[in-house]
Amino acid sequence: MSFDIAKVRKAFPILHEQVYNKQLVYLDNAATTQKPQSVIDVLSEYYQKYNSNIHRGVHFLSSHCTEATETARKKVQLFLRAAHAREIIFTRGTTEAINLVAQTFSQDHLKKGDEVVITRMEHHSNIVPWQMACERYGAKLKVVDIHKNGSLDLESYENALTDKVKIVAFAHVSNTLGTINPVKEMIEVAHSKNIPVLVDGAQSVQHTPVNVQDLDADFYVFSGHKIYAPTGIGVLYGKEEWLEKLPPWQGGGEMIESVTFEKTTYNELPFKFEAGTPDYIGAIALGAAIDFVEKIGIEQISSYEDMLLRYATDKIKTIEGIEIIGNANRKSGVLSFVVDGVHPYDIGVLLDKTGIAVRTGNHCTQPLHDWYGIPGTVRASFAMYNTKEEIDYLMEKLEQVLSMLR
Amino acid sequence: MSIETKQQEIVEEYSVFDDWMDKYAYLIEQGKELSGLDEANRTENNIINGCQSKVWLHADYKDGKIYFTADSDAILTKGLVAMVIRVYSNETPDDIINAEPWFIKEIGLEENLSPTRSNGLTSMLKQIKFYALAFKAKYGNA
Ligand SMILES: Cc1ncc(COP(=O)(O)O)c(C=O)c1O
Repeated sequence: MSFDIAKVRKAFPILHEQVYNKQLVYLDNAATTQKPQSVIDVLSEYYQKYNSNIHRGVHFLSSHCTEATETARKKVQLFLRAAHAREIIFTRGTTEAINLVAQTFSQDHLKKGDEVVITRMEHHSNIVPWQMACERYGAKLKVVDIHKNGSLDLESYENALTDKVKIVAFAHVSNTLGTINPVKEMIEVAHSKNIPVLVDGAQSVQHTPVNVQDLDADFYVFSGHKIYAPTGIGVLYGKEEWLEKLPPWQGGGEMIESVTFEKTTYNELPFKFEAGTPDYIGAIALGAAIDFVEKIGIEQISSYEDMLLRYATDKIKTIEGIEIIGNANRKSGVLSFVVDGVHPYDIGVLLDKTGIAVRTGNHCTQPLHDWYGIPGTVRASFAMYNTKEEIDYLMEKLEQVLSMLR
Repeated sequence: MSIETKQQEIVEEYSVFDDWMDKYAYLIEQGKELSGLDEANRTENNIINGCQSKVWLHADYKDGKIYFTADSDAILTKGLVAMVIRVYSNETPDDIINAEPWFIKEIGLEENLSPTRSNGLTSMLKQIKFYALAFKAKYGNA
């Protein structure tokens, strides 16, 4: 089956909108993706026909929503190739999933003098929760270096994994550099020293097939909104043995088995980590987004997006004064760049006027930008619905904008 | 020239542009023409952080009037800064405190005032009023 771009674009209503009377060219997909009609339909259909709180009512609607939520969990499990649906915890997103692990893991496994390892290319979401845990328990946060081209320094990585290290956390794909880290090998190295690993999959699941069992990841997290699902829903995958071991996080309804004022016993997985009413309709819509992705095929999407990235990379290199930030051999999804003597902010504002949405700034990876010694970059990031024509338009407008600014 | 007249003047200058490119080209030109700050005043203290672009603002007080100099690392912000300085500089603290920068909306650049815009302009306008209040407190209104 071939990739039918016209058909894909048709599925996303927002792509046919205009901004400033110009056709929208949406190239900020690493921040969030647009939603296909099928996902939007699920949201309105459930609010119109089925809405009812899950896991509590015996009535028709409640059982319907409960079942649909658990079906969605199953879809996520199969999508990530996880062993069990109970290893899938619904969260608000990547950020909440990382906080959940950082806080519960550190409670029993982090003490004074221990170390936590992350990398220089992490999103603030995969820095700050660990920093907070380290501060609380007197542990140290260690940062693995990268090479100038944006690939991880694997020697620095191995050296960082000393006896004191209790957990390692890193991105599968960098949201700023696009670097695809050699996750499987990195996990193997960590496991050879009995160190568990959390993988931040916020920029990977939408671009590349992920098999958490093959990777042997202990924790793998992502956000629904970056894979064509609504905002407010995300996923924590955790190996059953780990999720059993970790203490519960937030307390509330759903996560309990029995409550007395003296003692509460906790529910089994996955509910132990889902206190309160979850965004169940968001979860059901996430299931619809995964259906959408799988119908097209994540391999197809992946090779189409790789083609776009290569095309954009080759084209932008012909523009004078452009420096691409992030030139690793294996890249996915994003093209970040700076222009000699021109502030990224100016480029972003002027491109906006032409209907092009790109991101400018530090993309929540401030330490990485500091290391490169740049205030920010312009980032074009791609999704399955972008086209070569859009890239041509970007390049044309970029040259025009640069001629105004230089 | 009063703050009011200066604002009217800017609005007139912009009234000839009907296309965004010309308008922004003029904004850029104004940015390029702003001589910026003496190195001595380009200090951490004078930075107004706008998250994406930085603004430096320095104020001097002489014979009852305030003189602003400013700069930015982004040229569009610098263009806006140049206009704001032109409007508010060389005025008394009271006049500065009482004048609203209505010209920004009038020339169709009000999106730059949105607090989410993160270019430092809103903070700069606050800082200008703050300087005026501080000088007024210190020297009274001449
Ligand atoms: C690599 C990476 N990690 C974490 C996040 C945070 O995701 P969210 O804001 O959806 O929790 C992002 C999103 O920008 C990201 O790109």
